[in-house]
Parts: sequence; structure tokens; C-alpha cells
Amino acid sequence: MTYSVKRLINRILVTLLIGGFAFTMIVPFLWMISASIKLPLDVMQLPIKWIPDYFYIENYKQVWNIGGAAIRDYQFGLAYYNSVKIALINLAGSVLTSTLAGYAFAKIKFRGRTAVFFLYLATMMIPPQVTLIPKFVMFNWLGLTGTHLTLILPGLVTITGTFLMRQFFMQVPDELRESAHVDGASEIRIWAQIMVPIAKPGMASLAMIVFLWNWNNYLDALVFLNNWRLYTIPISLTNFIEESVTQYNLVMAASSSALVPVFIIFLIGQRFFVKGLMAGAVKG
Amino acid sequence: MKLSRQLKTDLTGYVFILPNIIGFLLFTLVPMVFSLIISFTDWNYTQGFGNIQWNGGVNFVEMWGDKWFTDSLINTIVFAVTVVPLTAVLALVLAVVIDRFCFARLPIRLAMFMPYISNVVAVAIVWVMMYSPWGPFTRMVQMVGVETPPQWLGDYTWALPAIIIMTIWSGLGYSVMIYTSSISSLPRDVYEAADIDGAGEVTKFFKLTVPFLSPTTFFLVITTFITSFQVFAPIQIMTRGGPGTSTHVLVYYIYTAAFNFYRMGYAASMSWILFVILFTITLVQWRGQKKWVSY
Repeated sequence: MTYSVKRLINRILVTLLIGGFAFTMIVPFLWMISASIKLPLDVMQLPIKWIPDYFYIENYKQVWNIGGAAIRDYQFGLAYYNSVKIALINLAGSVLTSTLAGYAFAKIKFRGRTAVFFLYLATMMIPPQVTLIPKFVMFNWLGLTGTHLTLILPGLVTITGTFLMRQFFMQVPDELRESAHVDGASEIRIWAQIMVPIAKPGMASLAMIVFLWNWNNYLDALVFLNNWRLYTIPISLTNFIEESVTQYNLVMAASSSALVPVFIIFLIGQRFFVKGLMAGAVKG
Repeated sequence: MKLSRQLKTDLTGYVFILPNIIGFLLFTLVPMVFSLIISFTDWNYTQGFGNIQWNGGVNFVEMWGDKWFTDSLINTIVFAVTVVPLTAVLALVLAVVIDRFCFARLPIRLAMFMPYISNVVAVAIVWVMMYSPWGPFTRMVQMVGVETPPQWLGDYTWALPAIIIMTIWSGLGYSVMIYTSSISSLPRDVYEAADIDGAGEVTKFFKLTVPFLSPTTFFLVITTFITSFQVFAPIQIMTRGGPGTSTHVLVYYIYTAAFNFYRMGYAASMSWILFVILFTITLVQWRGQKKWVSY
């Protein structure tokens, strides 16, 4: 009895300690949100007033240019649209190409598949910085600079995704496919009607990491996007800080706007997320 | 005409991987080969295609006398060698403690994970403000009694540590999550046997948990090494490599050499040095795992 009471007290103490640590990890976000609803002068006021006396929602209106509130239009809405567009196209594209190829690598015994797959694995070690310069030169040469295709085209195929889906299909028993073959189903029908439904959890994991990669992609966007009509959120945010560096409140409102959707998506799909992250620890 | 069975299988297979292969060839393999070729030239982008001059391996020799490069390399190594072990140790301890001794495990893990999924630019901007002379960090140090607090990002000594702290903060939750998912598959009976033998928590941690989780540690160490060597966004946003060369890292130099100075050849050779380092690290750790990773 006393032993279990002691255990319980220990547990509560440890929870408080670790919980406190976890809380300090989200303090930057709380600070950000708090600053996003303050007047510029109050942001750096000390001691920090975590909950301001007055919620200055105007900041968000200015950032999003709602009702002509902005003194200067930062085109943040457009950047948001661009980011969502690119992330969704690449999500759909890479899930499709990975599911097709992953299935073929795992189940269809075509000649040369080991060789091709080995080539894929070998290039997984190549850091993305190696291909960045050639891609820049190539896109310039093809006249694609100044379009979103520079981010979309390379994003439609991911080696990590192919690898992830192949692993997934390897676990599906062969009998399923063989019996469908006996019934006379074509390979593409087997894929679409039997395999894709089975692979949904894998596809969900892949979809989440692809979305995250694209949403947060900074280096490629910095190199390839050369005017404000094309900017995605990360680039738009950096411009924001360069142009209105003293208006911390606006910068924080913009940052908050950029972070919230990812938190929501993550909370909904965190089960798939962690699985996907195991496979896609390194972008590629 | 009737196709042979194998040929039909081959064709089906190729159709399935076709979209994938096209993307792979165009955006991975061809650029890779192209990159390797220009790394042996002194090509400046402003000169156009016609002026690609083969210069043998001069880039690969010249860079070792380039202070920007050697400083970048040293900073990158310092960065990775600090971030990787600190993250791994902290995450391991946290994951185990949360799993064994905490209530409200999920909310705690989610809170720790938030920085990882956050947009790196937004996060870097928030930290720039927190490190500013009016920000909470400076304030905290002042409260402890330091009269002239460091300038953090503006300070030659403190800029890199400041970015290291932010990086550990942002990556910690990821490692905790990965450790957590491995902890759930630890063999319970072994722990029960240890309990019967009267083993304490600390003994169990070092004698059982650490060895059991060593494959996960191995995986995490390799992946965080790779991502640490590729650090770019925080540097570009928070310090631009400064002050001086104090936070100048490899990928930042590759970026500026290529896209500010258009020295494509030189930048490409540096990107291959990055590859060689990552490849060597992975290989060495792969070899070394036999000594400390137990299955």
C-alpha cells in the first residue's frame, strides 16, 4: 500500500518535471501567438505579458490584407495558395508514382528489377544539394524558371516514397495476387482494386511526409522562385522579415498563420505520421 | 502474335515503373552525372554553356586553401558533432522516462514534437526575436546576474551555439517519437526477470534498455548526422553565415557560391565533398555498428 502510494507520488512528480520541460518547448510558439495579437511597441515590453490586455486582431487582417486593412499588401494569401497547391499536387503525384512502382518492385517479377532498384538505393545517399545546381541550369535552359514546375516536376517522384511503398507491398501475401490472376484479372485491375485499398495506411504515411516536405521546402523555393507571384510561404515569410523587421507583431501573425495548418493536419493523422517519418527521416 | 509470359510480365513491370523512372532519370540521375562533370570545371554560370572549361581536379585541391571552405567545414563538423549526440542522449532518456513514469504521455510527446513539424522559416524567425537584445534569452541571462549578456546571434562565440540550441530544440521531438515506437516492442519478460532479480531502474536502463534500443540509436545517429550536415535554412535566415565566418556552414557556402557568385563548378565540387563525407560517415557507422548495436 505505502509502496504504491510512493509510486504514485513519484509518478506525479516526474510527470510535473517532464511536463514542465515539454511546456518550455512550446514556449516559443506561445510567445509567437502572444506577440501576434499585440501592438508593435508591446511585443518587446518587459516583463513579458503573455496574455495581452487587448487582443489586437488587426495584425492578422493586415497580414492577410482583409478588407483593405494592409498598409502594404504582402500577398500572403497568394503565397498560402501557392504552398497548398504545390504541396497537394506533389502529394498526389508522388503517392501515385510510388504506389505504382512500389507494387511493381515488390510483386511483378520483371527482368532487371533488382538492378533498377539497386540504382535507386544507391542514389538515396546523394544529398539534394548535389542535384540542385544542375536542376537550376536545366530549368533555365528549358525556360521553366519563373514557373511552379521547378518545384512540382522533381517532386512528383520520390525515392523514399518508392522505397516505403515497396516495403509495404512486400508484406502483402502473394496468394492474393495469384488467385486474382487465376480469375483472369489484369495487373492494373489487381493493383487498383485489391492492392491500393490494402496499401491505404502506407499511402497515408507517405502523403503526410510529402506534404510536410513540400510545405517546409525552403532551399529549392529560394533558388527557383524568382518573383512574388510564385512565392511560397517560407519565402514569403523571409521577405516579410526583411521588409517589416520592426513590426514584430505582423511577422509573428504571419508565422502563426503558417504553422497552424500543419499542427491541425498532424493532430488528425499523427498515427500515420510517425510511421512515415521512420521511413522518410532524410528527405529525398 | 502471342507474347511469351515472361515478356508480358516484363512489359507490365516497366509500365508500372515508367512514371517513376522518368522522374528519377530527369531529376536525380541526369543531374547527378551533370553535377559530377561540372565539378571538374571552373564554370561560371554568367559565361554561358560555351565556356565550360575542364580544369581537372583543381577545384578539389583549391578548396583546402580557401578559408571560407575550411571554416565552413569545421563549423559544420562542430555543429553535427554537438547536435547528434546531445539529441540522441536527451531523446533516449526522455522517451524512457515518459514511457515508464509519466501520466499524460501523448500530450507531452505531442508538445515536444511540435517544433519538428513546424515550418523552419517561421521557427527561425521566432528564435531570431527571442535571441534579440530585448528578447527573453537575454532577459533570462540578465536575471541570473550577468551584466553584459552575449549578443547571441551577433556574437562571434555565441552565434553557432545559439543555432545549435535551436536545432536540438526543433529535432528532439522527432527522436523521442522514434524511440517511443521502439520502446513498445521491448521484451516485457526480460524486464520482469530483472525485477525478480531486484535490478534497480538505473541498472535496467543501462543493462537492458540501452542495448535493446541500440538499433534505433544507430538509425537515429545516422539520419541526424545526415540532416545536420545539410543544415541551411536557420543559417540563411538567422545569421547569413556571420558574424565573420562563425556560422558559415557547408551547404550555405554551396548556396552562395552557386547562386550569389555563380561559381557553379566550384559549388558542385563542394557538394560532392558533402556527399563523400556523408557516405563515409554512414559507411564507418555501418561497420562500427557490429561493436555496439545488439539485436
